[in-house]
Amino acid sequence: MTTLIEAPPTDADGLLPSKKKKSGGGLGQYILIRFLLIFPTIFILVTMVFFLMRITGDPITAAMGGRLPPEQLQERIQAAGYDRPLLVQYFEYLAQLVTGNFGTTLSDNRKVTEMLATYGAATLELTINALIVALLVGIPFGMIAAHRRDHVPDAVLRVFAILCYATPVFFAGLLLKLTFSVWLGWLPVAGRAKTSSELALTGLQAPSGIYWLDAIRSGNMAALGDVMAHAVLPAIALGLLTAGIFLRLVRTNVIGTLGRDYIEAGRSRGVSEFRLVTKHAYKPALIPIITVMGLQIAVMLGGAVLTEKTFEWQGLGFQLANYLTARDFVAVQGIVVLLAVIVAVTNFIVDIVAALIDPRVRY
Amino acid sequence: MSTNVPVEATVDHRAPLFKRLPVISHFNKSVGLQRGMLVIGLVLTGTFLLTAIFAPLIAPFGFAQLSDADGSFPTQEPPGGKHLWGTTVGGYDVFSRVIWGSQTAVLVIVVAVVLSIFAGVILGLVSGYIGGWLDRILVVVADAIYAFPSLLVAIVMAIVISGGQSSLFGGVLAAAISITVVFIPQYFRVIRAETIRLKAEPFVESAKVVGASSIRIMSRHIYRNATRTLPLIFTLNASEAILTLAGLGFLGFGIEPSSAAEWGFDLNKALADTTSGIWWTGVFPGLAIVWTVLGLTLVGESINDLNDPRLRGRKKAASGKGGPDSSAGDQAAIEAEVRSA
Repeated sequence: MTTLIEAPPTDADGLLPSKKKKSGGGLGQYILIRFLLIFPTIFILVTMVFFLMRITGDPITAAMGGRLPPEQLQERIQAAGYDRPLLVQYFEYLAQLVTGNFGTTLSDNRKVTEMLATYGAATLELTINALIVALLVGIPFGMIAAHRRDHVPDAVLRVFAILCYATPVFFAGLLLKLTFSVWLGWLPVAGRAKTSSELALTGLQAPSGIYWLDAIRSGNMAALGDVMAHAVLPAIALGLLTAGIFLRLVRTNVIGTLGRDYIEAGRSRGVSEFRLVTKHAYKPALIPIITVMGLQIAVMLGGAVLTEKTFEWQGLGFQLANYLTARDFVAVQGIVVLLAVIVAVTNFIVDIVAALIDPRVRY
Repeated sequence: MSTNVPVEATVDHRAPLFKRLPVISHFNKSVGLQRGMLVIGLVLTGTFLLTAIFAPLIAPFGFAQLSDADGSFPTQEPPGGKHLWGTTVGGYDVFSRVIWGSQTAVLVIVVAVVLSIFAGVILGLVSGYIGGWLDRILVVVADAIYAFPSLLVAIVMAIVISGGQSSLFGGVLAAAISITVVFIPQYFRVIRAETIRLKAEPFVESAKVVGASSIRIMSRHIYRNATRTLPLIFTLNASEAILTLAGLGFLGFGIEPSSAAEWGFDLNKALADTTSGIWWTGVFPGLAIVWTVLGLTLVGESINDLNDPRLRGRKKAASGKGGPDSSAGDQAAIEAEVRSA
């Protein structure tokens, strides 16, 4: 019955009919097709971003317009080659991308790739922290809600989940800042670390850029504590956004497995309710969460932009906001392309993991 | 069946028109917690809409007003007295800006959702009905946009349309179009899937045989049948539209404060205040966003659950046993959840 209802959506996603006809194609073939599909996705996004950004005019006028005399502006446009036909520029840009050259930012004259590497690590750190918060909050609460289904705890947790979704990350961040930094004075207001620990960590040999990792590696406990204190509030603000979704997913999935016969069998043999929920019903319920976790990466990255701006977390999102204000579209384009690549690659990994867990996905 | 069943009997089973209206019929179907959630959502959304409609009457000052007969407004004044919710660093009245902000929000939601339904439905119908290479390209493009963080798509669009900030009309339109681009893939997917399903139905084939043109088949036969699920996506998307608008405003891509009030922009300005303990400039616009999104989400989710008989909560007598149907219901709930996430 459920398959009958599910039929139209799956049909709609069949964008590669040839893949479907070859039923029983092995895992290798599936991975290959998925891998090849990364490229059109990235290509389309790069193309769209390029042309959309150029419709409005060239980046130099956008960044410097009004601040430089017209002749000088014209000179710089010519030097950068922005006066040539758009298509020529487009193919040149593509060729540059393939060789890993993203260009140079206009506002602070840095190599885009360098900028991406520096701030990407910060964003990665924030996303990992937030994911930890989301899992720590979402999974236990989801199990409680499933266990106490249709009772008060369930109702409260469901409202909490919707509230998590309804609160914009920057507002959650603002409230957290007000409460824990300004009024209670427990945690720092903004930034990734104190200047002293930042200096200690970036001075390391081959720093990973992920501060807590660097602090642990160098055994600098004072810096580790400082970094942790700075990381708490941004991680909570961004983590709660996803926690609500995880909570609901765990809840529905555990409810689904709790109704199975083997749970009933366990119960009749005297397995405690707690153990039934945390061991028996919970594990099979995890599979869909892995898939959704991958889909959440796009939401997380969008949220990271806003969280970083709220907490002055020097990551890609914070820089994106700065470059947007400076109208530095070369830098913006670089960040957007990098994020497109991350999203595409994550989706690919999720597809593969899902296929490894559940062979039915492969067709 | 047999002839002794009068035709009128079947007609009489239908409730009066009033009871068949979307939200009211959903209300009658709901019980317990579900009804509570629907009612709370309706109350929140209702107050939001009423505030937007009567904003000129409720707000004591204009959204860009900096002074009145008694002189200039004080800056960063705490709540109380003449300025109910205090004033901002620039001297704006917070209460008035929050009230006026609801109008901007409604405007953007309406324009964004109407535009995206319009574009999404047309593209979905054409893509699903005609198929071929056009369909392939549209699907790949839609998937690419869909997978991408929606806020970034909106940012790129905002740059394209207005280069950043602009007047009320330009700003609203820019925000709405930016949001539209994010939503088109969703409507496109739904309509396309329905169109593909309906294309194989006998009534479409008979229309072809009769000689109806493709445009007529699409616009009459398929369109009417494929758009039944739209009101639901509408409610769910309206809340997302608010969040995207606020996000754009927060990043400084909003509407200039002198041309309209926008909550996200106010929160951006409030960020600097928090360190000095000034809470009222940020908390009130933020609560307004939460209020609105919460209301719309509760209504949307309740309608979603109530539309699906397997997710609908049952009255106590029926729910006790569970029966063979309950596991199918749970399965459906899981699938719905995975898809919506």
